Amino acid sequence: MRALARNKMRSFLTILGIIIGVAAVIAMVSIGEGAKKGIEERFASMGTNLLFVYPGSRNIRGVQSGFGGFTNLKPDDARAIEERCDAVKATSPSINTRAQVVYANKNWNTQIQGTGEKFPEIRNWRVVEGVYFDESQVASGAKVCVLGSLVKQNLFEDEDPIGKTIRINKIPFTVIGVLESKGEQGGFFNRDDMIAAPYTTVMRRLRGVDYINSIDVAAVSADKTSEAQRQIEELMRERHRIAPGAEDDFQVRNIADVAESAAESTKIMTILLGSIAGISLIVGGIGIMNIMLVSVTERIREIGVRLAVGARERDILLQFLIEAVVLSVTGGVIGIIIGVGASRLMKYISLFSNITTVVTPESIMLAFFFAASVGIFFGYYPARKASKLDPIEALRYE
Amino acid sequence: MSDKIIRLENIVRIYQIGETQVQALRGITYGVNYSEFLAIMGPSGSGKSTLMSILGLLDRPTSGQYFLEGVDVSKLSRDEMAAIRNRKIGFVFQNFNLLSRTSALENVELPMVYSHVSSKEARDRAMTALAAVGLKGWEHHRTNQLSGGQMQRVAIARALVNDPTLILADEPTGNLDSKTGAEIMDIFCRLNQERNITLIMVTHDPVIASYARRRLYLKDGQIVGEEVSEGACDRAPASGG
Repeated sequence: MRALARNKMRSFLTILGIIIGVAAVIAMVSIGEGAKKGIEERFASMGTNLLFVYPGSRNIRGVQSGFGGFTNLKPDDARAIEERCDAVKATSPSINTRAQVVYANKNWNTQIQGTGEKFPEIRNWRVVEGVYFDESQVASGAKVCVLGSLVKQNLFEDEDPIGKTIRINKIPFTVIGVLESKGEQGGFFNRDDMIAAPYTTVMRRLRGVDYINSIDVAAVSADKTSEAQRQIEELMRERHRIAPGAEDDFQVRNIADVAESAAESTKIMTILLGSIAGISLIVGGIGIMNIMLVSVTERIREIGVRLAVGARERDILLQFLIEAVVLSVTGGVIGIIIGVGASRLMKYISLFSNITTVVTPESIMLAFFFAASVGIFFGYYPARKASKLDPIEALRYE
Repeated sequence: MSDKIIRLENIVRIYQIGETQVQALRGITYGVNYSEFLAIMGPSGSGKSTLMSILGLLDRPTSGQYFLEGVDVSKLSRDEMAAIRNRKIGFVFQNFNLLSRTSALENVELPMVYSHVSSKEARDRAMTALAAVGLKGWEHHRTNQLSGGQMQRVAIARALVNDPTLILADEPTGNLDSKTGAEIMDIFCRLNQERNITLIMVTHDPVIASYARRRLYLKDGQIVGEEVSEGACDRAPASGG
């Protein structure tokens, strides 16, 4: 143990690998957990009576059914669902694109969300300034838009945006309203970083297509969602003329399903980020093994003396194993502190301002035990080597 | 205590170096009395270091039997040998073999780390042992701050601290000048006379060997002669310090 204190610089460099590894694991996993938490919160605030209709099959491994499987959802489908399904309260066609938005000398790249006039009602999202576009503006494909609060902040700061003209992909749009801020940042997205415009306008002017990406559906109440889902499926099969037994060319999912699959994808991301960071932890472990081997060679005489005065193999093994574990655990503790600090700091760095991080006790425990195991695993070989030394040769070693 | 502390029966030690076999000891049969002061002499390559390693349970004979205090110790496991080294045998080496950058006290405490003595008792016993070799006041000096004579005293204190019945010294004065060497030999004499510790010393220096009561001559792995006379220790009993 004192040997570690005697070689402060070397001990520090040795544990640096572990420090970086553990800090990376904690920070990376905290990003993944943050994304998960953000998604959960986002879906929770959307309400429980929400359903989505998507085109095509979500079965990625299977063959896509039908030519142009993703272009078969039309605005008429939304209208029909609203009119003919009695468990459905409202629908809003949805089509998205990203675009560069310019106002005066400021510009911003953001998500343009084409929606129907019932979008605020369906998504439980209020307009705080001005108004949302109405049915006639949607029908005529008016060049009007409603800003998400982050976009408003970035383009207008304190200026009143209502009535001003902004250019979306060089096409002038009149700002008629501002949406309330949804506040919390969900993982990698900020929901306030968007502009809503009539879906008709987005289809024709910005995308130049005749289909929509999805349909937002509000059931009349939360307990009617499965009823609504059944009705929609029936209607869509009829409208799309799908023979009995054939596979659907659309998919209806309720909010719980969507939340689940989103959580699944963030889990995969967390595992991926964590494993990459874990590799650096293993590299750190190899560093420990390397330095322990050097240390054993350097201290062969000392080992000889210890054996001569009565140290058993186990005593020597334990001594070096403990040194390795002390190194890795010290590195682990410092790494945890740095990792937690880094994930806290991330929100203050503008580059990462959209990322929420959550440090869970599990990730700390995991990193700590992983670090300790790395110490035992990579410390065992040098320690065993030391314990098997021949006392006479060790004493004579120069 | 009528029996001998050490009995060797036809001890043979063969080293295998690559394809060739080297016979370091060719059948040593010998006995050492309790409280004996024995010097083993011989030219280099005579097998005296090999014999010391076997006597000190650092090595096992290829064949033959070694009885230490009446117990056959020639076929013990590594850990059993370590336990006996810890409790019964003290070592003093030519090059001191102290832990560097460690205090004198910590060096002397080292054997007790492995005999599970409480740290307080270990400290007390180490202090007493250091005082017995005349190093009172030097306990907290690091070994690299000590002179050669002082380092050898620390080594003797370390050999002494677990109350061994046997101390093995391998050229204990080899790295010291003659005056310091004589001081070290005085300490050995006292330990032998006052504490009745059996002392076996390897040396090629006849002056140092003359301190011993009995001298054993080795050549080519065999005993070639033995000499008993009054040792220098007996002639001029050490006067403490």
